[in-house]
Amino acid sequence: MLPESAVPLPVFPVPALGPALPEIVLAAGALVLVLVGAIRGERSTALVSAGAIGLMLVALALVFLAPAETQTTFFGAFVSDAFARFFKVLVLIGSIVALMMSHDHFRRLGIDRFEYPILIVLATIGMMVMVSAGDLIALYMGLELQSLAAYVIASIHRDDARSTEAGLKYFVLGALSSGLLLYGASLVYGFTGTVSFEGIQLALGTGGASTGAIFGLVFVAAGVAFKISAVPFHMWTPDVYEGAPTPVTAFFASAPKMAAMALAVRLFMDAFPTIVDEWRQIVIFISLASVILGSFAAIGQTNLKRLMAYSSIGNVGFALVGLAAGTEAGVQGVLIYMAIYLVLTLGGFACILGMRRGGVVLEDISDLAGVYKNHPGLAFCLAAVVLSLAGIPPLAGFFAKLYVFLAAVEAGLAILAVIAVVASVPGAYYYLRIVKVMYFDEPVAPYDPMPAPLGGVMVVSSVFNLIFWLVPAPLFAAALIAAQSLS
Amino acid sequence: MYQAIVFLPLVGFLVAGIFGRFIGARPSEIVTTALLVVSAALSWVAFFDVAMGEGPDVFRVQVATWMVSGGLAVDWAFRIDTLTVVMLVVVNTVSALVHLYSIGYMHEDPSRPRFFAYLSLFTFAMLMLVTSDNLVQMFFGWEGVGLASYLLIGFWYQKPSANAAAIKAFVVNRVGDFGFALGIFAVFFLFGSVQFEEIFAQIPAYAEGGEGPVLLGLSNVGALELAALLLFMGAMGKSAQFLLHTWLPDAMEGPTPVSALIHAATMVTAGVFLVARMSPLYEFTPTALTVVTYIGALTAFFAATVGLVQNDIKRVIAYSTCSQLGYMFVALGVGAYGVGIFHLFTHAFFKALLFLGAGSVIHALHHEQDLRNMGGLRRHIPFTAAMMAIGTLALTGFPFTAGYYSKDAVIEAAYASPTTAGDVAFVATVIAALFTSFYSWRLFFMAFTGAPRWAGHGDAVHASGGHDDHEGVAHGAHDQDLEPATAAPHEHHGHAHQPHESPLVMTIPLGILAVGALAAGFLFKESFVGHDWSHFWEGAIYTREGNTIMEDFHYVPAWVVWSPFVAMVIGFALAFWMYVRDKAVPARLAARHPVIYRFLLNKWYIDELYDLIFVRPAKRLGRFLWRTGDGKIIDGLGPDGVSARVLDATSWVVRLQTGYVYHYAFVMMIGVAALVTWYLVTGAR
Repeated sequence: MLPESAVPLPVFPVPALGPALPEIVLAAGALVLVLVGAIRGERSTALVSAGAIGLMLVALALVFLAPAETQTTFFGAFVSDAFARFFKVLVLIGSIVALMMSHDHFRRLGIDRFEYPILIVLATIGMMVMVSAGDLIALYMGLELQSLAAYVIASIHRDDARSTEAGLKYFVLGALSSGLLLYGASLVYGFTGTVSFEGIQLALGTGGASTGAIFGLVFVAAGVAFKISAVPFHMWTPDVYEGAPTPVTAFFASAPKMAAMALAVRLFMDAFPTIVDEWRQIVIFISLASVILGSFAAIGQTNLKRLMAYSSIGNVGFALVGLAAGTEAGVQGVLIYMAIYLVLTLGGFACILGMRRGGVVLEDISDLAGVYKNHPGLAFCLAAVVLSLAGIPPLAGFFAKLYVFLAAVEAGLAILAVIAVVASVPGAYYYLRIVKVMYFDEPVAPYDPMPAPLGGVMVVSSVFNLIFWLVPAPLFAAALIAAQSLS
Repeated sequence: MYQAIVFLPLVGFLVAGIFGRFIGARPSEIVTTALLVVSAALSWVAFFDVAMGEGPDVFRVQVATWMVSGGLAVDWAFRIDTLTVVMLVVVNTVSALVHLYSIGYMHEDPSRPRFFAYLSLFTFAMLMLVTSDNLVQMFFGWEGVGLASYLLIGFWYQKPSANAAAIKAFVVNRVGDFGFALGIFAVFFLFGSVQFEEIFAQIPAYAEGGEGPVLLGLSNVGALELAALLLFMGAMGKSAQFLLHTWLPDAMEGPTPVSALIHAATMVTAGVFLVARMSPLYEFTPTALTVVTYIGALTAFFAATVGLVQNDIKRVIAYSTCSQLGYMFVALGVGAYGVGIFHLFTHAFFKALLFLGAGSVIHALHHEQDLRNMGGLRRHIPFTAAMMAIGTLALTGFPFTAGYYSKDAVIEAAYASPTTAGDVAFVATVIAALFTSFYSWRLFFMAFTGAPRWAGHGDAVHASGGHDDHEGVAHGAHDQDLEPATAAPHEHHGHAHQPHESPLVMTIPLGILAVGALAAGFLFKESFVGHDWSHFWEGAIYTREGNTIMEDFHYVPAWVVWSPFVAMVIGFALAFWMYVRDKAVPARLAARHPVIYRFLLNKWYIDELYDLIFVRPAKRLGRFLWRTGDGKIIDGLGPDGVSARVLDATSWVVRLQTGYVYHYAFVMMIGVAALVTWYLVTGAR
């Protein structure tokens, strides 16, 4: 018997867990791996590492096996649609490859701890939640899960001052950006009365955007821009990329970039599609700022990892050109761009990880001198990567740029596309400089033998890079379906 | 047969040019020379068949279609008529003899395959020119000979002067070629074709005021005059006529056989050939013909005066060539095309003879070219001296030699012409004949008579230094070279102190040319310019009704006939007096008239004038465009400026990256603040 005044307890049905199956499998598996690691101690690193890779491969298979139609669960907070699956595949590939490339490297540095694979898995869960987020709460939850794991692995080499400095900077600035994001989210909630993307869309669609909601949008955008390292929220990137151990940098440059970009696209296209004119101004600004800064700042760099940081800033700028279009074609362009960029980045970092002489890790551009003589394969792969990043046809990177620019031009943003193209010209310089150093400078001694996974990544990256123009259709089709599922 | 005549030299060029390095110098020489001899023999067959015999007078040999574009259709085709076969004979005969001669003359040169390849290339291009059936193919040959001329003048590319001369020849010819090209455009515009047959068929009707396109608002005759003058501009460049003649004396930097072949007998006569070929056009353009006459007369006179005082043996002959080309244009200008071509024909023999003889002298003296360092050579190289004497006789028009018939015919035609231009040309050519006789005999006397003045005589200047500068060629390979099979005892060439006679491969061509120089006039006079000329030139040369000069010049007064002979005798007497009897006279004369002497010695200061008017302003303009236009403006604002700004921007951006967390946070907050402000100011919508 309940008292009359008592409010009946709301009855929540148990949400369907099927759509989130890959994430659930990963989370449960991560707990098992923690147990294995805790029981077997440091000696278990190889096992845990293999287990993590196996776990993520299972998750990848589950993503592929998931039903084609859009499913929502957790009361709209979790969406499993083609768009989410597209990015989950990219995220999982990025995580798996980054983990494969890191084991040997960490073992040589003596920091092969079993926590690292587990943290990667946890970050991956966070990223998958990010790309599937259907409301601001889920968005924040995924973001934080990914970020907290990332802060730790940035400083995984805790005896190294640069690594700990990188972790600390990342953490402090990340906390600040999370604060900005949360503040923006609260403003949006306050002015629309809802946190779900669908609800926000409806609320803004009827009454138009109030200044408060726009404020919220700006702050949310700032938080997201931090994650994709877009100017002016990019400042952490070069320092963290340079300071963190190279495999960690490879991970940061690949999977989290995918997830954050997916988040940005979903946020703008799902929650704020009705005020596209407003947010387009933000996107155009950070896009151009990123492209220009990425091009100019990279010229002054001598460290390859720093160079890759600026390169990633510039590339995010190009991808945002597609988002600025705000159309289905623009989203498709972004998806194609990110997929190609993922392959190029992993290939590039595989080459950088291969640079080791006498056990010493090499990171400078000058260390590439004459690589062509001793390691033609590595030189070729890296040359293909940088030429592709510079947008030289018929390499894959050319098509990546082509489609975002086409979408921008079709959306009436021809000036944006022109400026972006012009701004990318100085960028070609530093890409070509790498080719010049590798092929025309006098060689020094050869590098140490490379572990097999690096060679495999280089081969796959090069093949993809070279033959993409022959068989672009599968990626185009997948990106198209994903883009259509969003609206 | 005609294909063989034209393409055999091309085969020779390809063999020597591509494989010369592998097969060696001697096989290259033999292959090219043999092919040229065959070609020359076939040319004589064609000559007797078409011009002298009963074969068809004009016919066309189609080789291939070159290009078809809209109304423009150009074929690779030969137009065979008397004019063509005369040129074939001239070109191939001289070319074959020069090839043969070069085996001896160039035997010390390390890059003989290249030389023979160029010679054959030149011959091929020249044959394309003279056999062409249309203006475009002719232009192809025209440019081809220009290219070969450039390559051969600059054959000794180690010598800066040779390079300069080659470039000068090319550039000056470009001026003429520009006119030629415009002329072709004009003709195509007027008649819608570049094929001679079709053009010639339309000219009379058009000139009479028939229907046709209007060129630049000119009347029909005016349009034809313009086209004719433009074509003549091309002829002036190629044939080194006054104002565009400056390249020819400098072209003597090339090896002497080249001078004989290209810059005396064949290429420089291309302009004469062009005007004769276009006679159906020039017959309707009296103004253009007047211009031709005046330019020809002026050149004949001008070059002869300059020749009087030159001291380089080849330059004297070069100015003589220039002058004789003027004679040919005078003949063309008064409408006596046959006479002009006849002079071209005979001139080829005696001028090639003179050049090759001069080459033999130079060879004997180990590349000494200054007449002041010769003398007394008659006793050392008697055969060459005899050949030079024959050449000189023919050039000066001694009775019954080749020059006597053709040159006198030119002078008589000039007199017979009813125009004022003809009268002027008559006076100019007679005076030029006097000068010609004078400078020719001056050359002969200075080189072959008197006391020896050459370096090897009595002192060792030559043995020590002269030999290394073998007309500019380093010939370290000398000792390894095979000696010519027919070599006279001249293995010790480089060490001999006495001038020596040239080997047989060099003297045989001299002998053959001497026969031509003596007999060509006598043998072919009746056919070329006799009363039956119209039969000989049937279909090749067009004379308008009323142009009777080919007949008229036979009936000029006796004093006119005698005048060139008298001029020749006076010239000879003067030369004999000044260079054999009283050798102080030339110096006294020069001292007494320094202005005239220097004016002539400096070639009327035309080179200096061009330098002032064209070369220096062009250099200044080029320098301005290079330094200021390209260096400062384009590079400064373009590549250099942009890259400098990029670096500035880079260093500025990199400096922002301080490494301090609070700076980074500050930038983020600034970014947010800026965006928020932006929306507040723009009203959020």
